[in-house]
Amino acid sequence: MQQIINFLIRNKNNILFLLLLTFSLFLTIQSHSYQKSKFISSANFLSGGIYSWTSNINSYFNLEQYNLRLLEENERLRTRLASYEDSLEVKSYRDTSSFDADYLFRASEVINNNYAKVDNYLTLKSGARDGIERDMGVVTSRGIVGIVENVSPNYSTVISILNSNSRINAQLKRSNHFGTLVWNGDDPNVVQLIDVPSIAPIAEGDTIITGGRSLIFPKGLPIGAVKNFSLDQSESYYNIDIQLFNDMTNIGYVYIIENTQQDEIRALQNLSKNE
Amino acid sequence: MNSVIITNTLRFVVLLLLQVLLLNNINFLGYINPYLYVLFLILYPFNGNQTLFIFLSFLLGWGVDIFEDSGGINAAACLVAAYIRPAILRFSFGVSYDYQTIKFSSTQPGSRISYVFILVLVHHFVLFLLEFFNFAHFLLLLKKTFFSAIFTIILVFLTLALFNRRSR
Repeated sequence: MQQIINFLIRNKNNILFLLLLTFSLFLTIQSHSYQKSKFISSANFLSGGIYSWTSNINSYFNLEQYNLRLLEENERLRTRLASYEDSLEVKSYRDTSSFDADYLFRASEVINNNYAKVDNYLTLKSGARDGIERDMGVVTSRGIVGIVENVSPNYSTVISILNSNSRINAQLKRSNHFGTLVWNGDDPNVVQLIDVPSIAPIAEGDTIITGGRSLIFPKGLPIGAVKNFSLDQSESYYNIDIQLFNDMTNIGYVYIIENTQQDEIRALQNLSKNE
Repeated sequence: MNSVIITNTLRFVVLLLLQVLLLNNINFLGYINPYLYVLFLILYPFNGNQTLFIFLSFLLGWGVDIFEDSGGINAAACLVAAYIRPAILRFSFGVSYDYQTIKFSSTQPGSRISYVFILVLVHHFVLFLLEFFNFAHFLLLLKKTFFSAIFTIILVFLTLALFNRRSR
């Protein structure tokens, strides 16, 4: 017994080191597995509070740009509203707009944004008290930003599309051929669309939109434009580089999308799976 | 002794806040960030309690991780750097470290540079290794380690020069 205690005391540094190293590696591995709740995230009271305090100061520096963006969005929405009112006069009006489920939009403020790492996250200034839940989509007026991961009462963290674990369904606007949106960790304004069949017609400058095959994003939200493309090794799929419409390095304000039909659809899908 | 505790506590808090609020947002040339909080590991008293040092380094790294949502990469990097610091000290300062009477400010410039260089490189390498988490981008990993380390080392020496006046 005495020897065991002596051994422990003699090697207390090594033991402490190994214990803590195991713990931090556990945290690291957990952070690399997609869509798993983190043990602790920046959506907590302390870091969330400090971030919202500093973003209060920072947001003043970008006010002009955010105003311009709002104007731009208003302009677009007004145009759309005008054409919508016109079309009401047509007797047999069928809603061909892209929103096929009921989506609820909530505005929020970004208080922390990474884009220089391989796995990037954002922190938002709204949480469970504002109705935010896990797996809601996050967009700006110009394109998609990411998916909500962790939620605390007042803050939430978002897996950015600039995250090596992010997988988002996207498609070509022209032809409905779809693929998966990923990021190779290199340029914060360029993401990759993979698994697009080589039969799809692609040209540089084509618009890429969300595919609507997941319950998170409605179909038809803008993402970016084709920058360049090449066939993969098997020559049956395209790898496409996409220039994002969003400036991921300067986001400011976002909308969080809630799919109000999500529970119903999911329950139905689970039912079919179990049978 | 008391003033040592106060200085180190203050250094801990200030470096943590400086890192997460300012330095993590520099992104020089797109991806180069200095990790100045390693300064805590560099300046921790050479004859201080090693067990406490390992634990504090872990806490500092984990603090940065919580703010950055990066899991445990900074914590692991700090831990490794803190754990092998005695070996680096012995390598850089030679025999005089074993007497444990030296202070950082009263060492030879050459051995001081090698000490900082090795410690920062070890820390950054572990950090980026865990961030990438695979060897597919090994070249990018080395590039990032190297450039960030240079940035950090420059900042470390600038900071030291700035706060070193009173010891003279």
